[in-house]
Amino acid sequence: MRAAIAARRHGADVLVLDERAAPGGQIWRDVETPAFGDARTLGDDYAHGASLVAEFRSCGAQYRPGTLVWDVSRDRVLRIAGDPGAHSVEATRIVVASGAIERPFPVPGWTLPGVVAAGGAQALLKSAALVPAGPVVLAGTGALLLLLAWQYLRLGVPLAAVLETTPRGSAWRSAARLPGALAAGGYVVKGLRMLHAIRSAGVMHLRGVQALRALGERRLERVEYRAQGRDAAIDAQLLLLHQGVVPDVNLTMALGCAHDWDAGQLCLRPRTDAWGNTDIEGVALAGDGAGIAGAACAGLAGELSGLEAAHRLGRIGRAERDRLAAAPRAALARSLRVRPFLEALHRPRDDDRVPRGDDVIVCRCEEVRAGTVRAEIARGAADPNAIKSRTRCGMGPCQGRYCGLTVTEMIAAARGMAQDAVGYFRIRPPIKPIPLADLLALDRGEAPPEVALPGTRAQAPVQR
Amino acid sequence: MSADVVIVGGGIQGLSTAVHLGHRGVRTLVIEKDYCGRHASGVNAGGVLRAGRYPEELPISHAALEIWSGAQSIVDDDCGFRPIGRLKIAESDDEMAHLAECAAFVRRLGYDHECLLDRGELRELEPGVGAHAVGALLVPGDGHANPFRTVAAYRRKARSLGSEVREGTRVLGARRVGGTWRIDTDGGAVEAPVLVNTAGAWGDRIAAAIGDPVPLEAVAPMLMVTGRMPTVMRTRIGAVDRVLSIVQIPNGTVVIGGGYQGHADRDTNATTLDYAKLAFNARIAATMFPALREARIVRCWAGIEGHTPDGRPVIGPSASEEGAFHAFGFCSHGFHLGPAIGRILAELVTSGRSNLPIEPFRVDRFAQRG
Repeated sequence: MRAAIAARRHGADVLVLDERAAPGGQIWRDVETPAFGDARTLGDDYAHGASLVAEFRSCGAQYRPGTLVWDVSRDRVLRIAGDPGAHSVEATRIVVASGAIERPFPVPGWTLPGVVAAGGAQALLKSAALVPAGPVVLAGTGALLLLLAWQYLRLGVPLAAVLETTPRGSAWRSAARLPGALAAGGYVVKGLRMLHAIRSAGVMHLRGVQALRALGERRLERVEYRAQGRDAAIDAQLLLLHQGVVPDVNLTMALGCAHDWDAGQLCLRPRTDAWGNTDIEGVALAGDGAGIAGAACAGLAGELSGLEAAHRLGRIGRAERDRLAAAPRAALARSLRVRPFLEALHRPRDDDRVPRGDDVIVCRCEEVRAGTVRAEIARGAADPNAIKSRTRCGMGPCQGRYCGLTVTEMIAAARGMAQDAVGYFRIRPPIKPIPLADLLALDRGEAPPEVALPGTRAQAPVQR
Repeated sequence: MSADVVIVGGGIQGLSTAVHLGHRGVRTLVIEKDYCGRHASGVNAGGVLRAGRYPEELPISHAALEIWSGAQSIVDDDCGFRPIGRLKIAESDDEMAHLAECAAFVRRLGYDHECLLDRGELRELEPGVGAHAVGALLVPGDGHANPFRTVAAYRRKARSLGSEVREGTRVLGARRVGGTWRIDTDGGAVEAPVLVNTAGAWGDRIAAAIGDPVPLEAVAPMLMVTGRMPTVMRTRIGAVDRVLSIVQIPNGTVVIGGGYQGHADRDTNATTLDYAKLAFNARIAATMFPALREARIVRCWAGIEGHTPDGRPVIGPSASEEGAFHAFGFCSHGFHLGPAIGRILAELVTSGRSNLPIEPFRVDRFAQRG
């Protein structure tokens, strides 16, 4: 939204293609029509999104909700699904704001019914005011985990436990980075406030939780874990898992952008310059799709990429761009100072990213287990695509969103390679499944000229 | 580093050669520039089809089917081979008449694998077929195998028979020095008395280094796969005048293709898709089986394959050097033939002759023509 507003302000012709039904992305999902009537029910940060959405609505950009961009080519043709009038769009510049997805959390039992991603649960909260009935166990690490716990408490949802997997010492190690964090102000205070609310509500809160396992016959019945050297268990019907978010790279991967491993964020992120430009001409990124920095930074990065777009389109000069960028760039630098602290504080445990047990499912779509992947690595596979070919891991409808990073990290760990040298699954279009009808729309109506192939009549003259 | 035989290319042709040589006690080294099955062998539509083969390919085609049927005894794995039958569906009376001619022609050659189905028989076999279909040609023993699983099985078996499979290693050049092939790779030089070129769409480059020029075009046949669906069809589907191949594999997904080409870049391994062609391809498929209109497309892709000017592969000894053999340029129908090609090459390497007719596939046939 910020990129669109900034580019529009300087007269660019802007089209926004949004997979969702309304503006707001994940953070401000359905903020115009809050599920609880009052957006402030989910906190002031959520409610504040309404003014940005209103500004976006009136900025003059064409807005196409419910439109999936399922392929982008190097010559900047976007193929889209869900729009009744158009099936492809040609653009002079593209700003990809694909955002983040939840990091895979491959622990035993994570695919059992009753085990849900915390981000998914929060989406239901925002869009449908759907809250769990029974006691909830939240486990993992990351800001969203605490935020969701806090939101549930405000709505009177009983919480059985908050099990943080962050090592107990990590708060101290993170404190070494605290001067930077204090400069960033709000974040840390907010986090501490939420934690205080959770504890004072009498909810069991543990740190340094290890060996997390979800158990149950047909669905979740029990959560087992180890904390402070002791094994323990809680009966539960709903376990919400979360260990941070990572850039949704399927579009930039399919497009062939260069990606680098970020050792702080433990993920692959597209290579961008200070304006969000990728190594592909005319394609830029804004927001968490370029690396996790949170909503405030995403807006500032959007502002910068919008200015850059206006500049490249000839609407403003270089000096004007740089002048207008000074304030958002300074604010961005200030906000980014908290990231090393947060990354250290919420660093997911190695065992929760690279499963130790062979039984743990890595690929949910094709039900491929860690042992199967490890066996192929032992047979010499050093490329995620070789694993994909041999095991079907990553070949299902999610195109590796749930297992891509796990496989990259498993290979890197087993072979002692750098994660960016290992690489990632080759992502093929459509980046999300599309109805056949949306593909048919690209048919030009006549048989394409083609070399004749064995089996077709033209190629089998001898048989006549 | 040395071996009895160096095989360049870790696709189905090279790996089956390693397996058949391994069964004969010959030690091989397979050199693959990417990983085994990275290209055409691993990402094709899995067709195991005698239907529509050139007459001169029929003996190899039949031999291959026998090996597919007995895959378990050759590579300890059935390779996912399912002889579900292949249908070529006629969409007009003219096409039906053509299919009748085909069946008669093949019978005259002494084969009885093709039989005709009329409108009613076709619907009995495939109730979901489009209303316009007038009949079909059925080849009962044909079907499909799982390409990835096949490559993996042949690779595993080759290694268990003592073959070394070196992946991520690119051949830079090859020359014959005093009765021995010296093969330079980006991982050092290797030597062997015998060189086998099964480099697929890159086969012409290896052939040229040996002194056997072959005009080869790298193409990128495109495929797409749907999400899992209830049973749409039982057999593997093809058409007569239209480019089409449809198969519903055991996990319920439907693979749609037939040979429409995207763009291939042999130097970067990159393939670019042509959506207008894919869309036309999908439209034909949905006409043939209307239930596919409800499908969701999960993935589209293309492999890199080598095509020769006459649509036939190159199979046989080098025309210019001793101790070198070729099998490449399979023109999008090499997966089915692969298991038999390995046996042919193993026979050539060990005895100098093949029990199957390969004369029509000589490497120097293009030079002769010019």
